[in-house]
Amino acid sequence: MSIQTALELVLAAVVLGLAAWAVAARETSAAVVGFIAYGLLIALVWVALGAVDVALAEAAIGGGLGGVLLLSAGARLRENEKRAAAERPGAGARLAAAALSAMVAAGLAVAVLRLPTPAPTLAPQAAANAAATGMGNPITNVLMAFRAMDTLLEKFVLLLGLVGVWSLAADRLWGGNPGPRHQADPLGLLAFLARLLAPIGVVVGIYVVWTGADHPGGAFQGGTVLAAMWLLTMMAGLTDTPPVSSLRLRLVLVAGPGVFLVVGLAGLLFGAAFLSYPAAYAKPLIVAIEVAMTLTVAATLTLLSAGAPEQRLER
Amino acid sequence: MTAFLTASLGFILVMLALGLVRILHGPRDADRMMAAQLIGSAGIASTLLLGAVNRSPATIDVAFTLGLLATFASIAFVKKGLSRLEVEDPGSAGDA
Amino acid sequence: MRLALDVLTIVAVSGGAFFFLAGTVGMLRFPDTLTRLHALTKADNLGVGLVVVGLLPQAAGPREAAELLCTWLLVLLSGSVVSQLVARTVFATDRLGDALARGPGPPR
Repeated sequence: MSIQTALELVLAAVVLGLAAWAVAARETSAAVVGFIAYGLLIALVWVALGAVDVALAEAAIGGGLGGVLLLSAGARLRENEKRAAAERPGAGARLAAAALSAMVAAGLAVAVLRLPTPAPTLAPQAAANAAATGMGNPITNVLMAFRAMDTLLEKFVLLLGLVGVWSLAADRLWGGNPGPRHQADPLGLLAFLARLLAPIGVVVGIYVVWTGADHPGGAFQGGTVLAAMWLLTMMAGLTDTPPVSSLRLRLVLVAGPGVFLVVGLAGLLFGAAFLSYPAAYAKPLIVAIEVAMTLTVAATLTLLSAGAPEQRLER
Repeated sequence: MTAFLTASLGFILVMLALGLVRILHGPRDADRMMAAQLIGSAGIASTLLLGAVNRSPATIDVAFTLGLLATFASIAFVKKGLSRLEVEDPGSAGDA
Repeated sequence: MRLALDVLTIVAVSGGAFFFLAGTVGMLRFPDTLTRLHALTKADNLGVGLVVVGLLPQAAGPREAAELLCTWLLVLLSGSVVSQLVARTVFATDRLGDALARGPGPPR
């Protein structure tokens, strides 16, 4: 057994153990801790597989933001947790659920293991056409040029999700600030860390977006880091969430998909097809779209984690 | 050199796993708060070593992002622990 | 020159791995949450620092070396502050636990 294989076995064992813990833990908070650890370590798995862009996205979303979302969900459910625990389904139902999950996992494993070698892939064509946009990162090429339609539609889905979350607010609270107002000593430790870490995080977020053109990175990963830093300042009580009725906020939320849509329609009117970029302007257009998308992704993810409006709007 | 780095990477991962086992068992929530910090140090060391083994400098970006977000997760845990204290005994949480 | 750099890498990374071992042994054997937190923060941070020192000679260029150092500084900064926060939470939880265990006494 080579050292490389031994390493992969260790990594797989740790990740599988964490997954088992997250499923089997009794308390919600214990399960969420396991889930966050699992998300952060899956990023390691992606690096080991050579997919650094995905590792960046996984570390940001799976580890950081997804975990925090689950934490706040668990906190809101705490009052009902005892009642829910009392209604635990019987052993038969749980056994059936376990069997069904195991069958799905086995089916997926069989499908993956039976892929022909080499697996069918469009990667060579994507790499061959990299000159179309002039960017060195093939993943960014695929996301922003060859499959730009999917990326555009994803942003609309994010917006729809946010509208869904906002619609959970009580009628009288509509237009107010999402989430509770966090209190923390402005001279205390948490405020200190937020003041020190947030600027660093903003620089790293912008760097990740900028370097996504030629190296692993991109608008989504950078936007997620920015969202985490904004959430950090909110948790430290340094700023409050913006009211959902704020026009500026809504403009930022719409900017990403809006710019993308405008460029796409311009391609329809002046070019060959929807979302076709003129060869000379491909890179500047893509950069402009990415900047708008970063702002939108950062704002959307922050507001998704903050929740529905809970504070009445002060007029 | 690559073999040595891979071996030390595997060793640190095993240490990480053992630490996680102990932390996740910890009888209280306060013990489990340390999980994000453990990953923030041992996980980052592992990522940096992986980057050196694969000769991919972009992995250092992943390590930095991991560090930022593990800190963010730790702070979320601490806030949750403190807010639970607020619920059970307002005034004892003090300054954070 | 190359040999000396490789030796530095091997020595430093081995030292880092040793400190990770020490930190994990501490976490497994120490009796209390706060002592375990102490083992985790001090030993693992030092381990990261030694691993970074060991990887500096293997870096692809000065920019990667600077990024490695920045990563270590971030770990140092965040590790120290987060451990303080966790410790204060543990203190406050313990105080609450003691107060609840003492039961309702004379009004303060």
